[in-house]
Amino acid sequence: MCGIVGIYLKTKKFEKNLGKMLSGMINNMESRGPDSAGFAIYKDEAKKVYKFSLCINDLNFNKFKKEISKKIKKAKLTQISDHVILKTLEQPKKVIEIINSNFPKVSIVGYGRSIEIFKQVGNPKDVVKKFKLDSFSGTHGIGHTRMATESAITTDGSHPYSTGEDECLVHNGSLSNHNNLRRELTKKGNVFNSENDTEVAAGYVSNSLSNNKSLKDTLTSGLKDLDGFYTFIAGTRKGFAVVRDEIACKPAVIAETKNYVAIASEFQAMAHLPDVNSAKIFEPEPGIVYSWGN
Amino acid sequence: MKLDLKKKKLREINNTLQNLDNKKNDRDFVIINPEGSHALCAGLNQEMKVLIKGHVGYYCAGMNQKAHVTIYGNVGTGVAENMMSGTVHVKGNASQSAGATAHGGLLVIDGDASSRCGISMKGVDIVVKGSVGHMSAFMAQSGTMLVCGDAGEALGDSLYETDIFVKGSVKSLGADCIEKKMEKKHLNKISALLKKSEIKNIKPDSFKRYGSARKLYNFNIDNVSSY
Repeated sequence: MCGIVGIYLKTKKFEKNLGKMLSGMINNMESRGPDSAGFAIYKDEAKKVYKFSLCINDLNFNKFKKEISKKIKKAKLTQISDHVILKTLEQPKKVIEIINSNFPKVSIVGYGRSIEIFKQVGNPKDVVKKFKLDSFSGTHGIGHTRMATESAITTDGSHPYSTGEDECLVHNGSLSNHNNLRRELTKKGNVFNSENDTEVAAGYVSNSLSNNKSLKDTLTSGLKDLDGFYTFIAGTRKGFAVVRDEIACKPAVIAETKNYVAIASEFQAMAHLPDVNSAKIFEPEPGIVYSWGN
Repeated sequence: MKLDLKKKKLREINNTLQNLDNKKNDRDFVIINPEGSHALCAGLNQEMKVLIKGHVGYYCAGMNQKAHVTIYGNVGTGVAENMMSGTVHVKGNASQSAGATAHGGLLVIDGDASSRCGISMKGVDIVVKGSVGHMSAFMAQSGTMLVCGDAGEALGDSLYETDIFVKGSVKSLGADCIEKKMEKKHLNKISALLKKSEIKNIKPDSFKRYGSARKLYNFNIDNVSSY
């Protein structure tokens, strides 16, 4: 199993409530994935500012702040539980190198000009609470509740996976050709941090997007290249897309109103959303990519 | 009697409906605020009328016997799965595996049903006013499926003896499913189902009939590529 949810705001009306809407969706998908949970929230920053979502694990925050401020000048750090959002004007390549070579205990969960990602093992309701998702605002967001099947219950095994700037992917299902694909993508320069199948799919998407393919074309070619069963929600800075494999054993339902588009594994994830009972509700058809904002 | 899922727990409501006093005369129920709950009205086994106002989750009215359940909304996976008798009427759309393995009764879906509608159906009548998704009536054994819209890929794959009637287009037929000649008795069956489901303005002869070619009943080496 696993529960996936996503919400994309078509108007500004609910931007301040985005976190609250998403946390309700994740909470309602607890039964599909009680092992771990995570979410990505998109909110554009001022020009040239990059945000790095870091999991500092059991490192002392003040000590980390002191040390990293020596390496990255004018870095702004905000701690939320065991995650830290680092804002800087430095380029990603440099920041990633500094973190990887000086702070082996810190993992980079994601980075970009818009995305913030939080994920951790534990009951989804607790995870959402500890990262204060209710307080977030933004333009779109994606969430996941995990019932681990093919790799261990760890932070690295939790979703969403982010393998490129402002990109993320959540997955309900499992892939059968991820080991081969991981080897192929590694040869092309992709870096993977876990044994997880979804990370490979995320890497596949990043690789294709970096070759200037659109998200829609990327997921369409993924139907041929990714073997297994899945419903994916893939996020970019501009919006998100959903696709189900052609057999479509993994569920998904979409609710669209004039203000938002919500996607979830089950309708009960979105039962609390405003005006949902007058929304256009439909299931995405197998093998067809639906995208918004891209 | 009004049952509110915001005030009462799902289990409590199901319990009430599953254990009605035989002598009880008031048998009309309205359920509000279902909010996508699973297994709502599953296992009802007496005559009663239940209206559900809102969208529901999986296995709604599963294993139904005798009860008449109407859902004013969409339903999740497996509505009326393994129904034995009674009627289940969905006013919205249905997710996958609607009426799976159902033995009897009538399932009416006003909107569309997604993939595997009527999978392994064993005697139920299923009427879909919209379209059905891929692999509908997969391994269907008996009963009738009437589709007023279109059917997706591999309709009636590995079919036994279910009669399938489709008014619109069929994307493709599954293994051992073929178009068959429409006879008088089939037209009568269609009119009866149209009447039961209160569908007017559709003529029975506008449907096409599909059924089993009966080539895969027993293993035959000549058919090996079809399995």
